[in-house]
Amino acid sequence: MQEAQTYWFDVGPVTAIPLRGARTVKTPRREIAVFRTATNDVFALENKCPHKGGPLSEGIVHGHKVACPLHNWIIDLESGGATGADQGCARKFPVKIERGRIYLDMGMAAQA
Amino acid sequence: MGQIEQFPQPKRLVIIGNGMAAGRAMEEFFAKQHGPMKVTVFGAEPHVNYNRIMLSPVLSGEKTFEEIIIHDHAWYAKHGVELRSGEPVVGIDRAGKTVETASGEKVPYDKLIIATGSMPFVIPVPGANLEGVVTFRDLDDVEKMHGAADKGGSAVVIGGGLLGLEAAAGLALKGMKVSVVHLMPTLMERQLDPSAGYLLEKAITARGIDVYTKANTEAILGADCVTGVKLKDGTILPADLVVMAVGIRPNFGLGKAAGLECNRGIVVDDMLLTSDPDIFAVGECVEHRGQCYGLVAPLYEMAKVLASELAGEKPAGFVPAVTSTKLKVTGIDLFSAGDFSDDDINNEVVLRDPARGIYKRVVLRDDKIVGAVLYGDTEDGAWYFDMLKKGENVSDIRDTLIFGQAYQGGSPLDPTAAVAALPDDAEICGCNGVSKGAIVAAIQAGGLTSLDEVRASTKASASCGQCAGKVDLLLAATLGDSYEKSSRRPMCKCTDLTHEEVRHFIKTKPLKSQPAVMQELAWKTSGGCPSCQPALNYYLLCDWPLDYRDDYQARFINERVHANIQKDGTFSVIPRMWGGVTSSDELRAIADVVDRFKIPMVKVTGGQRIDLLGVKKQDLPAVWADLIASGLMSGFGYGKSLRTVKTCVGSEWCRFGTQDSTGLGVKLEKLMCGSWTPAKLKLAVSGCPRNCAESTVKDIGVICVDSGYDLHIAGAAGLHVRATDLMGHVDTEEEAIEHIAAVTQMYREEAAYLDRLYKWVEKTGLERVRHAIMEDHDNRKALFERFLLSQRVTRKDPWAERVAGKDLHEFMPLAVLTRIAAE
Ligand code: SRM
Ligand SMILES: Cc1cc2nc3c(=O)[nH]c(=O)nc-3n(C[C@H](O)[C@H](O)[C@H](O)COP(=O)(O)OP(=O)(O)OC[C@H]3O[C@@H](n4cnc5c(N)ncnc54)[C@H](O)[C@@H]3O)c2cc1C
Ligand code: SF4
Ligand code: FES
Repeated sequence: MQEAQTYWFDVGPVTAIPLRGARTVKTPRREIAVFRTATNDVFALENKCPHKGGPLSEGIVHGHKVACPLHNWIIDLESGGATGADQGCARKFPVKIERGRIYLDMGMAAQA
Repeated sequence: MGQIEQFPQPKRLVIIGNGMAAGRAMEEFFAKQHGPMKVTVFGAEPHVNYNRIMLSPVLSGEKTFEEIIIHDHAWYAKHGVELRSGEPVVGIDRAGKTVETASGEKVPYDKLIIATGSMPFVIPVPGANLEGVVTFRDLDDVEKMHGAADKGGSAVVIGGGLLGLEAAAGLALKGMKVSVVHLMPTLMERQLDPSAGYLLEKAITARGIDVYTKANTEAILGADCVTGVKLKDGTILPADLVVMAVGIRPNFGLGKAAGLECNRGIVVDDMLLTSDPDIFAVGECVEHRGQCYGLVAPLYEMAKVLASELAGEKPAGFVPAVTSTKLKVTGIDLFSAGDFSDDDINNEVVLRDPARGIYKRVVLRDDKIVGAVLYGDTEDGAWYFDMLKKGENVSDIRDTLIFGQAYQGGSPLDPTAAVAALPDDAEICGCNGVSKGAIVAAIQAGGLTSLDEVRASTKASASCGQCAGKVDLLLAATLGDSYEKSSRRPMCKCTDLTHEEVRHFIKTKPLKSQPAVMQELAWKTSGGCPSCQPALNYYLLCDWPLDYRDDYQARFINERVHANIQKDGTFSVIPRMWGGVTSSDELRAIADVVDRFKIPMVKVTGGQRIDLLGVKKQDLPAVWADLIASGLMSGFGYGKSLRTVKTCVGSEWCRFGTQDSTGLGVKLEKLMCGSWTPAKLKLAVSGCPRNCAESTVKDIGVICVDSGYDLHIAGAAGLHVRATDLMGHVDTEEEAIEHIAAVTQMYREEAAYLDRLYKWVEKTGLERVRHAIMEDHDNRKALFERFLLSQRVTRKDPWAERVAGKDLHEFMPLAVLTRIAAE
């Protein structure tokens, strides 16, 4: 097993994101979209649609998916992958929730 | 007798807490072969062990305390257990291996079990410690509630979860006037999805209990005794009793003070052993693999493992398991288990029976059941739960899974064949009791050719519409080739009903929320899809302007942030320029904003106003604030709403102008701005038939003439170019305004979402619209009134609201991380 370094960053309370909504986290290299679903699950993807780079954080969240605001590709929040006939993948970041706060693993972001 | 000395010294087992986990652990232990053990149990409550979960029926009066006792004194005596009830333990001395009681007595142990359960969480609002504020955890609490209920009056329960609702139902049965205050949008949101939550709320309300969702408690009011509860929105609910049922926290203070490893609870391993080799912990006070529990099933599993370990059996260890939930309120049947967070329509099977208030949903992943929510008919809960726990592959029975266990074995028919094969007396429409025979007879005798006709003559599908698909199939089967089935276009995959039918039911039933529409109209999915959600949101907003709260998350980004998203993720900002008229002040304000925010592009639009393109999202509120300060407001260039009213210079300047076309355009735009419509709505007013404002290719266009105003409708110049039709002529400006607002309202109330006005007119017929607006004067006036009412509610400048702080989260990043390891 490869031992990946993890760097958990506290990015704020879960309640700061509306249900079925998203907010962004800006980092020096990229912008990350953090989604909260209707049932309080939280996911993080790079805020860049695999199609033409649309800001996924602005899309409509339904179930564990988000519809890109530019051309309506449907991206799976769990994997970052495009669904249906479309091909491509948005980068995914590990998230954990502790005591109602969201932690993003930036160890992933640090590589590559 | 002398032989006894040959046995090893009995071990001294001390248990702190005499609740459900401790009771079960002892029971399991005594059922096993074990060495001699001297058991002492300390219980803070002055009672024998009772079934805590049955406190709810005790509260409601459906059971007595005696009926819920698990172990009476005889049981303790029989097993040689020393029960010291009413004696809380205050400390553990791990080095000396003793526990200390409140009276200072030290009791030695060889092995210790901590089973102190949980403590109810009390939200720290002002007044939380007033007399009359209680929690719901033990018999003492129930007695306090009985005391309050005996005096009558009103109770407020804070928390709409399992415990809160059981408390509310119990107090209502005891004769109190009860309100439930719940922070989230739906009740029991952890165990139920919004559809089941809607049915639950309906059932709770039917018991005379008022439910306030999305309600945040600000303070509990009263001098010494509770008098009321104040919500954040200012509402004050009178109360003689307040029950806090907002959650529990593991009660691990003793363990922590004794230096045991604690996190959210006392940390235990798979054998329930704490960080001290002689101390176990069991029940709600523990944390196992990062998880705490609040239901008895997993605690019973823990008790089993602990007993086995104590008896020296080397058990396999405790493994966390999925739990299921039921609500113990007589007459309300609900069941939920597992994970049902995925509402992808491909991963779920949903069955709704609006007439009987039934909703069932099974969530699948990789052909296995991962979750189930059942409301109204929970008979199959155990069956689904069993398959869920076993991880059974259900691909073979997927088609009939939702009908339950009793149904299995019969082979599913294709829908057309199934309808054709039905006997004549088979009931098609459950709501109105219409049989297949009656429908077929009506079709044949009356020469009926459409669903509408069948509905009018038999009432079939006239109530919830769930059977519309079946009736349609019957029409096709009866009429054969002569029936054109394609004329019916269901709204989306979630329903067989058309947009128009859904709109009709929303008004007539009436339905005032998205979950209500989905349940009462038998939606085939649990939460709709991205295509029906925005449509339903619009219909509800249009039909119930006073009751329905806009669901922003169901809107496209542009309507959510009130600006148009561009291909690079920036936004465009178009302020209103009433009727295309502007001034040096407005232009200066725009110029200043452009400079200040370095806006890259300023363009005059095809709609007679100015577009600022390339604004960064986080700048939007500041840009708007500057524009608003100069009297500008949102131009709704992004919405399914009133867009522009184009005008020409008209009689004020133009040598051909017959009326003040500019003035009328400005008045119309001011009256109608902010109105949401099925699709975008564009108007124009031209001062004479030369038509410089291009009125004859607008949704609604006015051509001024000497004798007054020609009113045109149903034009377009987009994907489809269509010249308007003349709706009629009016003499005065006042009449023109009333007629235009009225036809707009008629379009708002009738059209399918995303149909431009011309589409609606083509579907419904120009003549019908003309008659309704030009000839039926009462109808027109009523439409106009409804338009004004809706405008009173919605006509706020969304930019100003956001500058004032609304939805601020939309415009700010959640966090900015400037330094990241290795970046
Ligand atoms: C800005 C503007 C072009 C311009 O620079 O002049 C414009 C820009 C857009 N138009 Fe338009 N239309 C603009 C006037 C028009 C006109 C002319 C008019 O209104 O007199 C038409 C033809 C008239 C009509 O609507 O019938 C027009 C017909 C369309 C259509 C086709 C609509 C149709 O039903 O066929 C679309 C596509 C749609 O709405 O689905 C569209 C869609 C769009 C969108 C919203 C595309 C999009 O989804 O991003 C563009 C938004 C750009 C932005 O970010 O601002 N635009 N568009 C004009 C804004 C007017 C305003 O002040 O609000
Ligand atoms: C009204 C109500 C309804 C419920 N309904 C359900 C249901 O339908 N289904 C379900 O699965 N679960 C239900 N539960 C939850 C269930 O009752 C608990 O999960 C279960 O009782 C927990 O068992 P426990 O032994 O860990 O804690 P408890 O049963 O709370 O026992 C802990 C005991 O320890 C005592 N104690 C605490 N500190 C000390 C100390 N220092 N010294 C001595 N004694 C101490 C407490 O007084 C208490 O008697 C319900 C709970 C309530 C209150
Ligand atoms: S509407 Fe007629 S009068 Fe007015 S500007 Fe155009 S042509 Fe001139
Ligand atoms: S950029 Fe996301 S769908 Fe095109």
